Amino acid sequence: MNWFKRKKKNINTPSTQKKELPDGMWYKTPGGSIIHIRELKNNSYVCPEDDYHVRIGSKEYFEILFDNKSFEELDKDLSSSDPLKFVDTKSYKGRVDKSQKDTGLKDAIKTGVGKINNYDIVISCMDFSFIGGSMGSVVGEKISRAIDYSLKNKIPLMIISKSGGARMMESTYSLMQMAKTSSKLALLSREKIPYISLMTDPTTGGVSASFAMLGDFNIAEPGALIGFAGPRVIKETIGSNLPKGFQRSEFVFEHGFLDFIVDRRDLKTKISKLLKLLKN
Amino acid sequence: MSLDFEKPIIDLETRLMQMKEIASKKGKNLSKEALLLEEKIINLKKEVFENLTRWQKVQLSRHPKRPYFLDYIYKISTEFIEIHGDRVARDDKAMVGGIAEIDGKSIVLIGQQKGRNTKDRQFRNFGMSNPDGYRKALRIMKIAEKFNKPIVTLIDTPGAYPGLEAEERGQAEAIARNIQEMSMLKVPVICIVIGEGASGGALGIGLGDKVFMMEYTWYSVISPESCSSILWRSWDYKEQAAEALQLTANDLKKMNLIDGIIKEPLGGAHNDVDFAANKLKKVILSEIEKLEKIDPEKRILDRVEKFSLMGVTKND
Repeated sequence: MNWFKRKKKNINTPSTQKKELPDGMWYKTPGGSIIHIRELKNNSYVCPEDDYHVRIGSKEYFEILFDNKSFEELDKDLSSSDPLKFVDTKSYKGRVDKSQKDTGLKDAIKTGVGKINNYDIVISCMDFSFIGGSMGSVVGEKISRAIDYSLKNKIPLMIISKSGGARMMESTYSLMQMAKTSSKLALLSREKIPYISLMTDPTTGGVSASFAMLGDFNIAEPGALIGFAGPRVIKETIGSNLPKGFQRSEFVFEHGFLDFIVDRRDLKTKISKLLKLLKN
Repeated sequence: MSLDFEKPIIDLETRLMQMKEIASKKGKNLSKEALLLEEKIINLKKEVFENLTRWQKVQLSRHPKRPYFLDYIYKISTEFIEIHGDRVARDDKAMVGGIAEIDGKSIVLIGQQKGRNTKDRQFRNFGMSNPDGYRKALRIMKIAEKFNKPIVTLIDTPGAYPGLEAEERGQAEAIARNIQEMSMLKVPVICIVIGEGASGGALGIGLGDKVFMMEYTWYSVISPESCSSILWRSWDYKEQAAEALQLTANDLKKMNLIDGIIKEPLGGAHNDVDFAANKLKKVILSEIEKLEKIDPEKRILDRVEKFSLMGVTKND
């Protein structure tokens, strides 16, 4: 067994010589599948092995959906002004500044105007990476202005939701964004301009209880968490475990609150087909 | 059944009552001492109630003796026919609605109802509606619209019920639908927070031409306790959370998120329900009168505009 004995005491490769894989080359899905980032990107960020839909942001959705990845961004300089000077364990201003620095985004939503297979469309897409995709004044205002743009130019609207709900640090201002977006959508509905709401993982709280559930077509990505209250709160309320698949897209679909569930790889085709059918 | 900061007042009031009793038994007038005590009580009350913290106002909004929806209805209306059911699945007891007659005028009233004792509280599900409640409320609003009656909603809820069945039956959709439909109602809509205005559960009956709050109520996106548990990761920071959220009637008036504050009697609505109900009634009647003069289409557009102006942003 001599060969088995270690001659030197420690592994002493200096850390500078360690050959590590570059960061972010591989992605591991919750189901355990491992996929190369390049392949994932070419597959609309869906793992081909287990169809897991990786959480992505507005940049990726716009690339997937808009023709030639080209669009005009609306209201891109709008940002939060901390009306309450809110401080908890950290200051809200600090949280916003840090999020802006970390993500390169101004707030939790971006609006783009462009074409999907030649059909004009306005898309507002939320970014979960920005304070949990929470809805404060900026999100509400940008949606409100996206609706104005749709109304003025008679172009269909799509909102891609990805949010934990309203932004606590803007208190009642946040709450009123639910009223603002929902009542503005009522005007859009009156003008018979189509509104497609795509719910992605997660869509809960004040976002699901306002514009996300008000689409002429409510659609969702597979396996997304969609609900009003968060699962932890419900679990505490009822004092028992939640059934498997509870509040997932498939569950919400079976209860009649979704028109269809769409694989992200088919999203663009499906949306343009729908727009075509509505137009003809 | 009293709050910490009410105790010194109540102690003095009890003493005064004893003195009054003794005086009446002996057939004597109130002593000078008693008169002084009476004055002292008023001063103490003023001092306490003028310096309430935000958290203390939240406590008052939940006072066990605080008047609830039906208490006000019985005080302000001469007739009230309650109507029930969402015409889909259930009759949600946490949401009450019906047609009332107030000063000879038919008005549709809708609001959350809390219970007074343990049994009643359970029956009313602590004022936490399921989707059925929101759908019931909307159905009643549509009746009001059909028969051209103004709508008044009285908000008092610790939140929409976060239960399993509530999710199955679409709590989010029910609330969203109500907010949207309320914005397009052809009749005048007035919303008044009479107790707790917790988040989407409150807003689900909260979109109106005019929004008021009674003096000792709160209205925000989250309760101070839940805010504390999420942002401070502990239940112990509710006072700080209440301060940070700026959720009182005064705060919201300053932010222009509500149209006005309805004054409560010294010591809060439960100290003089008649006084509170009377103030409430006056506001309801005078606001309806003003709103009814406006063309319905203009009223709708004003309503949408009102909410679309809410929020503070900046251009970087």
